Amino acid sequence: MLQVLYIFMPIVAALFVPLFYKRMKHIHTGWFVLAVPATLAIIYATYIAQVAKGEVFTAELPWIPSLDISVISYLDGLSLLFSLLITGIGSLVVLYSIFYLDKHKEKLHNFYVYLLLFMSAMLGVVQSDHLITLYFFWELTSISSFLLIGYWYTRDASRLGALKSMLITVGGGLMMLGGFVLLYLMGGTFSIRELITMAPNLAEHPLFTWSLLLLLLGAFTKSAQFPFYIWLPDAMEAPTPVSAYLHSATMVKAGIYLVARFTPIFAASELWVWLVTGVGILTLFWGSFFAVKQTDLKGILAFSTVSQLGLIMSLLGASAVAFHSNDSIDTIKYAAFAAIFHLINHATFKGSLFMIAGIVDHETGTRDIRKLGGLMSIMPISFTVAAIGSLSMAGLPPFNGFLSKEMFLTAMLALQNFEFFGFDTWGALFPIIAWIASIFTFIYSFYFVARTFMGNYKPEQLPHQPHEAPIGMLISPILLATCVIVIFFVPNFIGDTFVKPAVQAIQPFLYTTPQDVDIYVSAWHGHITPELLMTVGIIIVGVLLFVTLPKWQGLYRRFPQAFTLNNAYNKIMQGLDVGLNRLSQRFMTESMRHYLLYMFSGITIIVIGSLFLKDAFRIAWQETSPIRPYELILAVVLVIGTAIVILAKSRLTAIIGLGAVGYTVALFFVIFNAPDLALTQLVIETISVALFLMAFYHLPKLGKREERMKFQLNRAIISIAVGIMVTLVALSAHSQKLIPSISKYYEETVYSLAGGGNIVNVILVDYRGFDTLFEITVLGIAGMGILAMIKLRMNRKEKIHENK
Amino acid sequence: MEIIMAFVIGFLFMAAVYLMLSKSLLRIIIGTGLLSHGAHLLILTMGGLGGEAPPVLSEGAKTFADPLPQALILTAIVISFGVTAFFLVLAYRSYQELKTDDISLMRGSDEDE
Repeated sequence: MLQVLYIFMPIVAALFVPLFYKRMKHIHTGWFVLAVPATLAIIYATYIAQVAKGEVFTAELPWIPSLDISVISYLDGLSLLFSLLITGIGSLVVLYSIFYLDKHKEKLHNFYVYLLLFMSAMLGVVQSDHLITLYFFWELTSISSFLLIGYWYTRDASRLGALKSMLITVGGGLMMLGGFVLLYLMGGTFSIRELITMAPNLAEHPLFTWSLLLLLLGAFTKSAQFPFYIWLPDAMEAPTPVSAYLHSATMVKAGIYLVARFTPIFAASELWVWLVTGVGILTLFWGSFFAVKQTDLKGILAFSTVSQLGLIMSLLGASAVAFHSNDSIDTIKYAAFAAIFHLINHATFKGSLFMIAGIVDHETGTRDIRKLGGLMSIMPISFTVAAIGSLSMAGLPPFNGFLSKEMFLTAMLALQNFEFFGFDTWGALFPIIAWIASIFTFIYSFYFVARTFMGNYKPEQLPHQPHEAPIGMLISPILLATCVIVIFFVPNFIGDTFVKPAVQAIQPFLYTTPQDVDIYVSAWHGHITPELLMTVGIIIVGVLLFVTLPKWQGLYRRFPQAFTLNNAYNKIMQGLDVGLNRLSQRFMTESMRHYLLYMFSGITIIVIGSLFLKDAFRIAWQETSPIRPYELILAVVLVIGTAIVILAKSRLTAIIGLGAVGYTVALFFVIFNAPDLALTQLVIETISVALFLMAFYHLPKLGKREERMKFQLNRAIISIAVGIMVTLVALSAHSQKLIPSISKYYEETVYSLAGGGNIVNVILVDYRGFDTLFEITVLGIAGMGILAMIKLRMNRKEKIHENK
Repeated sequence: MEIIMAFVIGFLFMAAVYLMLSKSLLRIIIGTGLLSHGAHLLILTMGGLGGEAPPVLSEGAKTFADPLPQALILTAIVISFGVTAFFLVLAYRSYQELKTDDISLMRGSDEDE
C-alpha cells in the first residue's frame, strides 16, 4: 500500500508547488522540489539489498474494482533499477535546473509541476504490473513530455516539437494499448506476472503475432527507434534539464523497459528476435551516422541518444536468442547483462553531456558548434566533464562505456554462431554494422568535445562573454562524471547490485536468482580478444576519419532533402490538415437546416435499417382496442389540423391550426381514459396559443411577401421518411411486448404504500418524486432564461444610450 | 385503433419535420410543438389504448388504462411547454436584435463582429 503511494508522491507534491512559488518568491522553487526525488531515491535505495538477493515486493491499491483494475506496484530488479534512475537522475536534474532556470524570469511553477507529474508517471510505468495502469502512466509520460517540450510556448519550434513528439508517442501508445487488449484476450488477465507464467500457451495463439507487433510499435515510438526517431531531435527545444532527464535518461528508456519486461513472453518468437535486434542495430547505425552531420550541440546529443537506444534495443533482441540456444554458445548470455549495464552507463555519461551542453548554451548564448571553439581555457571544469563523458561514449578506457561497449561487441559476435532463424547466413552482418556504427560514435564523440572546447576561440561570434558556470550548476555533471570513472573500476559491484537482479527479471527462463547470473566484468581478459581488436580498429579508423572530417562532412549535404523522414512527416501533416479541412468544409455548410437534414436522415437510416436487419417489425392485428366513431372523427380532425399548419399561407392560420391539433390531442386523452392529461393539455394549450399569438404580434410583419412555403423535394423526402419510421416503430412497439409492464406493481401497491387512489398522480409525486422535482427545476430554469433574455435587452439599450 | 393511431402519429411527425426544416423561426417552433404532440400520442399508443376506466382506484373497475405512460406524458407536456416558451422568447429576442426571422440569415460570421 505504502509502496504504491510512493509512486504518487511527486504528483501530490506538485499540488503545493504553485503555493511555494507564489508565497516564497525569494527562494527558488526548485529547492522545495528537490526534496521529493531525493527522498524517494533514499526510500528506493533501502530496497536494494533485498532485491539483489532476488526478493520482489508488491503492493496493490484498488482503482476500479468492478473492472478488476488496480494500481499494482511490483518491485523486482528491473523496476527497482529504473526507479532508482528516475529518482536519482531526477534529483541531480532538479538541482541543476535550480541554477539553469532564472527564478525571476521563468515560470517555475509550470516547469516543476510538469516535471513532478512526469516523475510520478514514469515511476508508474516501470512499477505497474497491471497492463491498463501501465498504459495510463505511459500516456501520462507522453503528455508531461509534451508540456515540458512546449515549456517556452511562445517559440514556434517548441510548439511544433511538442506536437510532433505527442503525435508520435501517443499514437504508438494507442497501438500498445491494442497489444495489451490482445494479450488480455489471449491470457484472460491484465497482470504481467501471470501472463509470463502462461507464456508457452500464448505463443500458440493466432493473435500472438498481432499483439507482438502492436506492443513493439509502442516501444519503438517511445524509444525513438528508426523510423520513429524524428521526434527526438525536435524535442531538444525543451529546456536542457528536461532534455537531460526525459529525453536521454528516463522517458525514452520506457520503450527499452517495455521490451525488457515482455521479453519472457515474446522471446519464443522469431519475429520478435529479428525485429528488436534488426531495428535496434539499424537505429544504432542511422543515429550515429547522422549525428556527425549536426551543428547544434543538443542535436548531436539527440542523434547520439537515438543511436545508443538502438544499441540497447539490439542487445535486448539478442538476449531473446538465449531463450532458444543451448549451452554451446554461452557468450550470448552477455547480451542482457550488457543491455542493462549500458543503460546505466548511458544515463551517467549522456546526462553529464547534456548538462554540459546546457552550460555552454547558458554561458555563451549559443549551441551552434560552428560559432563555438576554444572554450577549454575559459571553462576548464566543463571541459573535463565533457571529455570524460565523450570518451566514455566513444568506448574508451578507463571509462564505463568501454566495458559495456566490449560486452556489446561480444554479444553481436555471438549472434553469427547460431544455426536457426537464418542467423547462420545473416548473423555476420550484426558485428559489421555494429563496428561501423561504433566508428561513427567515436567520431561524433570527438566532434562534440573538440569543436566546442578546442580549436580557435571566436569571441566575436558569441552573444555573451563566456565564463565558467557557477559551482551549483556544475555539481550534477561532476557527480555523473565521477560515476563514469568509478563504475569502470568497480563494475562487478554495480553488476551484482543492480544489473544481475534486472537480468534475472528479463531472463527468468535462464536464471532463478540473481546469483545464478555467472558473468564477471573485466577490462582486460588476460589475452587479446576479438572485441579488443575491434576496439583498436575503431580507434584507428575513427581517428583517421575525424582528422579528415572537414573534407568529407560536406557529403551529408548531398543527401536530397526531399527524401528525409522529416520531410515525409511534414508532408503527411500538411496533407491531413488541408485534406480534412476541405472534407469538413464540404458538409459543414454553417446552415442549420443542412445539419438537421443530416441528423434526421441518419436517425431514419439507423432505425429503419436495424428494424429490418434484426427482423423486429411486427403488426399484431388481434390485440388492438376497438375502433369507435368518436375516435375516428378525432383522428380525421387531427390530420386536417396538421395539414392546415403545413399548408397555411399566413402565420395566424398556422398558429390556429396548431391550437386545433393541441385541443384534439386533449380530446384524445379524454377518450383514452387519461383525465389528468386532458386537463393539463387543455390548460397548457391555451397558454401556448396565447404565447404564440403574442410572439406573432411582435415578430416582423412580413405578411405581404409571405407566401406559401416553397415545396422542396429533399425536405419532403426526409420528412416522409421520418413519418414512416415513426409509424413502423409505433406499430412494432405496440405489437410485441418483450417485458411485462411495471404498471401492475403500481396498481397493486398504490393504496398500501402511498395511500392514494389516483395512480398517475401518486406516481408523479411519490414513486417518481425526484423526476417531478427536476421537472419543476427545468421549468424554473426556462423561466429564468426568459426573464434574463428580456432583461438583457434593457441593459443593452441603456448602454447604447450611455455611449451616445 | 392503435394501428390507425400509428399512422396519425407518423403523419404528425412528418409534418413536424417538414416544418422544422423551413427557414422561418416561427415555423420551426410550430414544428417542435407538433413534434411533442406526436411524441405524447406515441407514448400513449405504445402502452396500449385498452382499459375500461381511468387509472383511479374505484369500486367496480377491473381493468385500468396503463398509468405509467400517462405519468410520463404529464411530465413531458409541462417540459415541452417550458421549452416552447423559451424558444418563443428566443425567437422574439433574435428578431429584435437581428431584424429577421430567417435562420439562413442568422449565421454567426466574422462580419457580425
